[in-house]
Amino acid sequence: MGELEKLAYDLRKDTVDMIVSGKAGHIGGDMSVMEILVELYFDQMNISPENKDDPNRDLFVLSKGHSVESYYSVLAKKGFFDIKEAIDTFSKFGSKYIGHPNNKIPGIEMNSGSLGHGLPVGVGMALASKMDNRKNRVYVVMGDGELAEGSVWEGAMSASQYKLDNLCAVVDRNRLQISGTTEEVMGQDDLHDRFRSFGWNVIDVEDGNSIEQLKMAFDKAKSVVGKPTVLIANTVKGKGSSVMENNVSWHHHVPTEEEYSQIIKDFQIRKEVF
Amino acid sequence: MANIANKKAICDLLLEKAKTDKDIVVLCSDSRGSASLAPFFEEFPQQSVETGIAEQDLVGISAGLAKCGKKPFAASPASFITTRSYEQCKVDVAYSNTNVTLIGISGGVSYGALGMSHHSAQDIAAMAAIPGMRVYFPSDHFQTTKLMEALLKDEKPSYVRVGRNAVPEIYSEDNCTFEIDKANILSEGKDVAIIACGEMVYEALEAAKALKEEGILATVVDMYCLKPLDEDTIIKVTKDVKAVITIEEHSPYGGLGSMVSQVVGENNPKLVVNMSLPDAPVITGTSSEVFDYYGLNKEGIVKKVKEIIK
Ligand SMILES: Cc1ncc(C[n+]2csc(CCOP(=O)(O)OP(=O)(O)O)c2C)c(N)n1
Ligand SMILES: [Mg+2]
Repeated sequence: MGELEKLAYDLRKDTVDMIVSGKAGHIGGDMSVMEILVELYFDQMNISPENKDDPNRDLFVLSKGHSVESYYSVLAKKGFFDIKEAIDTFSKFGSKYIGHPNNKIPGIEMNSGSLGHGLPVGVGMALASKMDNRKNRVYVVMGDGELAEGSVWEGAMSASQYKLDNLCAVVDRNRLQISGTTEEVMGQDDLHDRFRSFGWNVIDVEDGNSIEQLKMAFDKAKSVVGKPTVLIANTVKGKGSSVMENNVSWHHHVPTEEEYSQIIKDFQIRKEVF
Repeated sequence: MANIANKKAICDLLLEKAKTDKDIVVLCSDSRGSASLAPFFEEFPQQSVETGIAEQDLVGISAGLAKCGKKPFAASPASFITTRSYEQCKVDVAYSNTNVTLIGISGGVSYGALGMSHHSAQDIAAMAAIPGMRVYFPSDHFQTTKLMEALLKDEKPSYVRVGRNAVPEIYSEDNCTFEIDKANILSEGKDVAIIACGEMVYEALEAAKALKEEGILATVVDMYCLKPLDEDTIIKVTKDVKAVITIEEHSPYGGLGSMVSQVVGENNPKLVVNMSLPDAPVITGTSSEVFDYYGLNKEGIVKKVKEIIK
C-alpha cells in the first residue's frame, strides 16, 4: 500500500527538475494531474513499451497538453525513454522533448497543445475499437479551463450518441486557469449536470489527488454499459507544496533556487505520510 | 535596444483612447496576461470581455459587438485566433464586414519550445486568403501605435500580428513615417531589394548596413501591410535592382515571399529569393535560436545576398 502515492511524489520531483533544467513548464497543472496519470499508467491501462504497437492496447490522450512535463516523467518511469535525457534536454535547443506532447516520442499517441482537441480524437479512437470489436479502453484527460472550448462539447455529444462506454474522460478540476479561477473566468459549477445532460455517466472524485479514490472511480467506470464516463477529479493546482498550491501565478513558473529547495522538502514530507 | 513590446504599445494606446471612446471593447480568451492587456481589464472592466478558453466564441462575440456599434479588439495567441477561429474570421468578421480588429499575440515562433501547436507560421496565408480581411505585421512599437490609431479611425476588419518579445526600434518618436497600407522604404540601394515584415525588418536593416561596407547597396522595405499589399512600392523598388529578397517569420507558402514573387513576376520578372521558416515543425528553441538556425537574421541575409549577387 502507498506505493503509487509515493511514486507520484518521486515523479513530481522529476517533473520539477525538468522544469528547472528547461527553464520552462506549466508546473501547476503538472502537479494537479500527477495522481491521475500515475493511477492510469501504473494500475488501470494496459500499455507498456512492449505492447505500444498492439492494436489492443489502451489508448491515452493528454488533451491538456501543457502538462507534458509530468507526462514525460510518467512515460519515462514506464520505460518508454530515459528520464535523464528528458530532464537534461527538455525545452532546450534541438530537443525532441518540447513543451507539448508529440508522437515522435515513444509512448505518446497524439500531438496536443491546442486545448479542446482531445475529446473528439478520443471519440474517434473509441469508435474504431467498437468497429473492430476490440475490448481496449480510451482515456482523455482535460483541464477544467479547457472545457470552455466548444469542441469539447461537440465531442461529448458524439460520445453519447455512439454509446462509447469504452471511453473515459477525466477533468482535472483544479479550479484555476491562467487569468484566475474558473468560476471568475467562465463558470462551470454545474459541471456534473452539464455532462449528465449530454448523456454521460458522471463520477465525482472528491479528492482527485487520491490514488485510492481515483482507482475506485476508474474501476467503476469500467462496469458502465452504453454510456461514456467522465471523472470530475477535484484536484489541487500545484499539489505537493504550499509554495505552489492553489496559486494562480504558478500556472507556468520556474521555481527559484529557494522555492525549489522548499518544494523538494515538502515533497519529502508528503511522501513520508504514505 | 528598446524594451517596449508591440503588444504593450497596443495596450497603452487602447488605455488612452478608451478614456474618451466608450465604444472600444477589448476581448480576451484567458489571454489577457500574455497579451499585456490585464491593465485594460482592470481600468475598464465595463469595456472588457473575457470568454475563457474559447477562441471561436471570442471572434463571434466580437463580430456581434461590432455589428451593434462597438469597436472590438480581440486579442489571443496568433495561432489560435487565426486557425482555431478561422471560420469566424472569414464569415462573421470579413464576409459580414464587421469592424473587428483581430490581434494575434505571440505570433510566429514566439512560443519557442512549445512547438507547432503554438506557432503561427501560416497566419498571413490564412488571413490574406479571406476577401475583405486586411493583414498587418508591424515592425516596432512606434509603427504599431500608428497602425492602431489608423485602425481605430476606420471601420473595416483587420488582423494584426505581434510577437511576444520587445523588438529593437526602427523608428523614433518624431521619425515614424506612416500612411496606412503604404509600405515604408527604409533605405535605397541599386543592387538588391530586401523586403521584410514584422521582426525581420530590423534584421534586414542591419544586413543592409553590413552589405554597404562591402560595397553592395540594398533597398530595404518595411512591408508591414501585407494586405492590401502595396504593389506600387514593390514594383518601384524591384524595377532596377539585380535581385529581390523577401524575409518573413512565416511558412514558405502563401506569405510575403509568395505575394512579392507574384507582383515581381508579373511586373519586373527577375530572381526573387524567399527566406522563411521551413515547411516543417521548426527546431526546438527560443525564437532567436530558431531564427539563427534557419538563417533568418542579419548574417543569413548577407550570406544570401552575396550568393545571388556576384
Ligand atoms: C486553444 C488554446 N487556447 C489557449 C491556450 C493557452 N493555454 C495554455 S494552458 C491554458 C490554461 C488551461 O487551464 P486549464 O484547462 O484549467 O488547465 P490546468 O489548470 O490544468 O493547467 C491556456 C489558456 C491553448 N493552449 N490552447
Ligand atoms: Mg485548471
